[in-house]
Amino acid sequence: MGSKTPLFDKHNEAGARIVDFGGWDMPLHYGSQKEEHHFVRQNAGMFDVSHMTIVDLSGERVRAFLQYLVANDVAKLKDPGKALYTAMLNADGGVIDDLIIYYLSDTFYRLVVNAATREKDLAWIREKAAAFDVAVTERAELGMIAVQGPNARELAAPSIDEDFRAAAMAMKPFYGMQAGEMFIARTGYTGEDGFEICMPATDAPKVWDQLLAAGVAPCGLGARDTLRLEAAMNLYGTDMDETVSPLEAGLEWTIAWEPAEREFIGRAPLEALRNSPERQRFVGLLLEDRGVLRNHQKVVVDGVGEGEITSGGFSPTIDKSIALARVPAGDYDRAAVEVRGKLLNVRIVKTPFVRNGQIRIDLVGETK
Amino acid sequence: MNELPGDLLYTKDHEWLRREDDGSVTIGITDHAQSALGDLVYVELPEVDLEVDEGGEMAVVESVKAASDVYAPIAGSIAAVNEELADDPEKINSDPYGDGWIVRMQPSDSIDEDALMSPDDYQQFLDDLDD
Repeated sequence: MGSKTPLFDKHNEAGARIVDFGGWDMPLHYGSQKEEHHFVRQNAGMFDVSHMTIVDLSGERVRAFLQYLVANDVAKLKDPGKALYTAMLNADGGVIDDLIIYYLSDTFYRLVVNAATREKDLAWIREKAAAFDVAVTERAELGMIAVQGPNARELAAPSIDEDFRAAAMAMKPFYGMQAGEMFIARTGYTGEDGFEICMPATDAPKVWDQLLAAGVAPCGLGARDTLRLEAAMNLYGTDMDETVSPLEAGLEWTIAWEPAEREFIGRAPLEALRNSPERQRFVGLLLEDRGVLRNHQKVVVDGVGEGEITSGGFSPTIDKSIALARVPAGDYDRAAVEVRGKLLNVRIVKTPFVRNGQIRIDLVGETK
Repeated sequence: MNELPGDLLYTKDHEWLRREDDGSVTIGITDHAQSALGDLVYVELPEVDLEVDEGGEMAVVESVKAASDVYAPIAGSIAAVNEELADDPEKINSDPYGDGWIVRMQPSDSIDEDALMSPDDYQQFLDDLDD
């Protein structure tokens, strides 16, 4: 038996199939993963993400610390509440974890890191924070619900303290704010609009029930994975890990190269790889033949070499199989994937596959 | 708990068999199996006339979650496959014992019913899994 979130009983009430996820007993689905997926794209679904790790950083030199700790530059965060997605790298330039940083004040930032990497993340952050005199506080007493979909914010509004409701509804994408006992952010992991709501764990079941009554559908980790894959959002441990550079995981946009004098951990190996002809591509694949692409299948590029699918699956929105893959350097837009000994045709497409309910890739495709 | 169809035989791999009047055997996966797999999105079917050994890989069913092999519960040749699953694999979810059948086989030997389970035995097998 694994750790349980404050919503464990709610999942059972809703008929969840519970699975182990990094030591946590989490809902995989509540009946149909596909229906949950569509509900998020078309209406509003909610995910228990209480297993995620929330870490608060405070101190006079917290900004300088974060400028050293992560590859993106928190100096980009000018307005309080603004969030930044970034990777925390080791000295070799491999990804220790990906995370979201909220700028709450000049002496206070909030991080949300992955559940499966909790212990190593906390150890790493604490070790590096010591020199900056930054206090690191894990907020394990907070629960977290992600409400996602085109109607998510509207349906979640009544759950927000009246005094803060208007401000929360007016908040721009990728911002967060304290709203009484809640911390509300307009972020997510589905490619849809919505909120991620942190609250004291003891309040989480009540908020869950309010959202349920408002018509928000409980959605499990299964739908969360197909939604994030369609949105081409990386999954830590699958699309990247400590042996993978963010430059080969589609995360160059999360690296701040300027100012050149900012020394963040892992910078030198990134600089070395940046313009290397060997640098692998990280691409989206659309399966043109019948079948389903899966993690770790081999990608074969005729005359170029071989790569690997990092995340593959079936896209309920597109009704075809899609994948993210790390493939050799080169200029090509077609490849094949080995599935049970057969080579299936795939086309390299620009990601995301789906965003805000709309298919964003060219389904027909023209061969160069 | 859904009633198991009484006219079928079952396997430990959660497949079912129906003996047809012409001597062929229709095969599918049980309600328990489809429920565990989740929404099916693709079925890889064998070629008609393919000879398969008992326990040999015969088809692959893929759900949103994972791919699972379907093993031949008896030795024989593939007499027919359910072509409709190509466009509508979810028939296995919605009607596992009916429209969701997967293949029909012509057995190469007489069927050893002792190696298979009756509905009551399969129900007991499922109950034991839950314990």
